[in-house]
Amino acid sequence: MSDNWFDKLRDLGKQMGQTAYIAGLKGEVLEMVAPGRARMRLPYGPDLVGDPDTGIVHGGVITGILDHTCGMCVTAALRTPMPIATLDLRIDYMKPAVPGQDIFAEAECVKVGHDVAFVRGLAHQGSREEPIALCTGAFMLIRGGYQMPPAAE
Amino acid sequence: MELLARAIAEGRDPDPDALIAAIPYCRYLGVRAAVKDGAVSLIMPFAAHLVGNPMLPALHGGVIGSLLETAAIVQVVWETRAPKMPKPVDITVDYLRTGKPVETYAHARIARQGRRVVNVHAELWQEDETKPIAALRGHFLIQS
Repeated sequence: MSDNWFDKLRDLGKQMGQTAYIAGLKGEVLEMVAPGRARMRLPYGPDLVGDPDTGIVHGGVITGILDHTCGMCVTAALRTPMPIATLDLRIDYMKPAVPGQDIFAEAECVKVGHDVAFVRGLAHQGSREEPIALCTGAFMLIRGGYQMPPAAE
Repeated sequence: MELLARAIAEGRDPDPDALIAAIPYCRYLGVRAAVKDGAVSLIMPFAAHLVGNPMLPALHGGVIGSLLETAAIVQVVWETRAPKMPKPVDITVDYLRTGKPVETYAHARIARQGRRVVNVHAELWQEDETKPIAALRGHFLIQS
């Protein structure tokens, strides 16, 4: 794998970190340099709260960064960049995220097929051995890009 | 939550829009709620900060998952009159169509209610209710 490939991937990772939704959450892409791996960090913030009694973040926030990190790890597994789309995502919430602490999301691409890529990921707050959530997912690979005719409705 | 406790004490269903307004992340997404035909219906107007793919543009998968989970939670609170926010145990989200940059609607129904855990199905649609853009199945713990 050439350094050029890693550089391209790093730039792509930065771009994906600037996606409006992720940027709005103040999420930060940490790395997408290893083949088929991605990692991001999300600092705690008042906008993320899902339960005002406890200050625990909304489950959707965890879904959001896991979806994003999983998508990035698929991109990091591809030799040729192409658009991808989440097909499905299953998330198991192991325990609530501790309010005030950063949340990390990590994902690895398990298999890249011709049409579909499979991923698994986890979210934690500093220790991988104590995940707050686990996820598995599948992504469609849109070979040829968006100029292809849309699938029949 | 105080507004839930008050609704229970007064023997009425909690106002889903007031519940949504009390959740910071739902305010951030711009979600509103209304009761329609005996079920809670959510509305999320399009906004630039919901975009995940600027090329299309399309809603971020996380936004879609968040709205589905919110619909499920609000339906559970409204229907079971739970005093606290239900805790998600697991969710599966199927992404069926691209989320267009338009208004998105959500509704959910309880498929099975046990003593501690509820199984909920939720769906999102945009221009056509018969063409959902995403669906969720999930389990939530009721906290007393």
